[in-house]
Amino acid sequence: MSVSMEHLQLSLVEKVENAFQNQTPLAIKAGGSKRFYGRAVEGESLSLSSYRGIINYEPSELVITARAGTPLLEIEKVLAEQGQMLAFEPPSFSPDATLGGTIACGLSGPRRPYSGAVRDYVLGATIINGRGELLKFGGQVMKNVAGYDVSRLMTGAQGTLGVLLDISLMVVPKPAYEETLSLTADHAHMQQLLSELGRQPMPVSATALIDNQLHIRLSGAASGVLAAKQRIGGESLTDADLFWHQLNEHRHPFFTCSDPLWRVSLPPAAPAIPSHLLTNVLVEWGGAARWGFSVSSGKELREWVMEQGGHVTCFRNPNDISEVFNPLTPALFKLSQRLKHSFDPHQILNPGRLYDGI
Amino acid sequence: MPDSCVDKQREYLLSKLYPELHKAIPAKAILTSIEELRVYECDAFTTMRQLPLLTVLPDSIDQVIHVMRCCYDLDIPVVARGAGTGLTAGSMPVENGVLLGMSKFTRIHDIDLHNRTALIEPGVRNKAVSDAVAPYNLYFAPDPSSQLACSVGGNVAENAGGVHCLKYGLTVHNILELDIVTAEGERVTIGAAALDAAGYDLMAILTGSEGLLGIVVAIRVKLLPKPASARVLLAAFSSIEDAGNAIAEIIGNGIIPAGLEMIDQTGICAIEELMHAGYPTEAAAVIICELDGSIEEVEEELGRVISILEQLNGFDIQVSDNEAESQRIWAARKAAFPALARLAPDNYIMDGTIPRRALAQVWKTINALAAEYDLLVVNVFHAGDGNMHPSILFDASCEDQHRRAEELGTRILELCVQVGGTISGEHGIGLEKINQMCLQFNDAELRQFHALKKAFDEKSLLNPGKQIPTLARCAEFNHMHVHRGEMPFPDLERF
Repeated sequence: MSVSMEHLQLSLVEKVENAFQNQTPLAIKAGGSKRFYGRAVEGESLSLSSYRGIINYEPSELVITARAGTPLLEIEKVLAEQGQMLAFEPPSFSPDATLGGTIACGLSGPRRPYSGAVRDYVLGATIINGRGELLKFGGQVMKNVAGYDVSRLMTGAQGTLGVLLDISLMVVPKPAYEETLSLTADHAHMQQLLSELGRQPMPVSATALIDNQLHIRLSGAASGVLAAKQRIGGESLTDADLFWHQLNEHRHPFFTCSDPLWRVSLPPAAPAIPSHLLTNVLVEWGGAARWGFSVSSGKELREWVMEQGGHVTCFRNPNDISEVFNPLTPALFKLSQRLKHSFDPHQILNPGRLYDGI
Repeated sequence: MPDSCVDKQREYLLSKLYPELHKAIPAKAILTSIEELRVYECDAFTTMRQLPLLTVLPDSIDQVIHVMRCCYDLDIPVVARGAGTGLTAGSMPVENGVLLGMSKFTRIHDIDLHNRTALIEPGVRNKAVSDAVAPYNLYFAPDPSSQLACSVGGNVAENAGGVHCLKYGLTVHNILELDIVTAEGERVTIGAAALDAAGYDLMAILTGSEGLLGIVVAIRVKLLPKPASARVLLAAFSSIEDAGNAIAEIIGNGIIPAGLEMIDQTGICAIEELMHAGYPTEAAAVIICELDGSIEEVEEELGRVISILEQLNGFDIQVSDNEAESQRIWAARKAAFPALARLAPDNYIMDGTIPRRALAQVWKTINALAAEYDLLVVNVFHAGDGNMHPSILFDASCEDQHRRAEELGTRILELCVQVGGTISGEHGIGLEKINQMCLQFNDAELRQFHALKKAFDEKSLLNPGKQIPTLARCAEFNHMHVHRGEMPFPDLERF
């Protein structure tokens, strides 16, 4: 480790240790690209922006290790030069997005149902817990069952369990060939088609249903993609990369609305969301992720979604009457509070970012 | 404690616990006689044994809740057990503790074809899941070598892998939702039938937690479509370096094989003698590479892999043309451990994982260490994901050999940690590798593990003493283990 990074790491540890001693809440930040996401946090700012740089990357190992403040764009560029990528296709929402924020928020892109989520690719993490202790969990290998899988637990915890410092991720080769098909379909037709395709070895890598147009991306060896294309039919979409990128970054015209944006997570085959709960729904992930705008409190929507086995997040622009994250069952909430306490006994790390008290 | 006191303690606890258990559980499902309890005194790591206070075999979630509440009230520890195929004494009972056998939980509740999931009980055998969904062209991806016998609950507890995890992941990647019963006897659902759930990713820590955080009573597993084509390729190499380079080159070329295995010469010969699978016994190492996907995709990749292997001095390249030939090559690989059993009475299987780049160096160092300890070590390696299974062959009836085998095992695991790897890739820690945890984690990390455990199990009743060593134990182990203050393997390149 370079002297300056070593120094910076020590000073971060010291800051958290002091905050622990003085019980000072800390608001962890890096690029600030996902400030809109999650509950507001009051606290002294702890910036990870300067703690950056790729520590180790060897393409034949399929593993990259980098510091939390490393820009996501830099990581994606370095991987692309070697014909590799992050399999979970994370959204960045800004050129300032960092690796740390990406892991902490645990957001995955269009490829998620077919390649796996952020947490599926996290192999190891060095963190500072709420006692100001520098801890290392996991490693740089795919298989590792020594101790509890704390590094995966950090994914999506939004900094409430530890300050992420160094992160190791498994990376994958970029597909040799991609093509996107577009066909006219309503929700029922989409579900029927995707359910059939899902039971066959098809190289599907993304789906999106917008305004009765179903887009299906195919990725893999050219011969396999072309064979699948023959079977599925539809028109080839031009500028497909741009389409998926804009969709992932919420820059598709669908997202131009300043009302609260709701993200609904459901079992993929769950029925279409009743229109009185959410209108004009964009469906991704083969049915497992659905987006819509509504100024309601989201209460009725939550009740319906929870009955289907899913959960609802108010992703952007929450109003005063809506909880951001889906309330947990009492048993789960109690367990989560205890878990938080075990990492951060004085509740100094991004307090309240997930829930009141967590 | 003298034996008579142990017996008195046992009788006392039985007299307290048995009537409570019996309120909700029939007598025939509560085993207390020493003869019956013998069956449960160890898992597949048979050198460590302990009789439980009693064994209880519930057949409903309510009964599990009842057992947990009784034990919580009486402060009696509980060890859950699936099929008992674990390799690290993870489900070995603890003294005066209850052994909770989940063998009656064998129902597959629901196969959901549209969502491609199945809701199953933890006692369902791994292979039985894939068999049940085979008519729908689906399967459950984790395939540990013990898949005929091991239970999915055990797979969750150990985060089991198998030969296909480079491409299809471990158990943690292939399950969506768990119902657990906590130490206090509360039922909690974690994860979701959807692809993500609100709050912390508790699935991540429950998977691989070796029964220390909760009792798994239901599992929603993910099902995958069977690939249209799978071809298996066997190639021989006259040096370990060439074989290692070939593996790096395949992956560096953007190919992710479904399986990628490597076996050394001693292993090849032992397997060949038992299985007659056509493995080339003159080779220093063989690679087994499986490619799967659509027919077109597999053909394309097969051509590329063969040309890489040929360029890197691979010889005797065999390619399976049909399912039976693929089966023959894999069956032989999966029979590696029975084959080794013919070479020596006992086999101490290591499970370290290393970055692939360190392979040739680690392999050579292991051979040098084996010579130093005068023991035979056979290397069988999940090369794709870096998981090594060196097998130390010895005779446990010879005390000196036993001691040397254990010491050599520790040195091998230490080597794995030194090159940036881990002491266990898929077998888990249990009790067998608990000392070696001290090689990988410092006091602060261990304290964090203990704090995490306490969040789930305040009284430390679930499988206590396993997986995470106490700080005192590590202090003692590290003191014994420091080689006169020297760095281990001083000549080794550090990664």
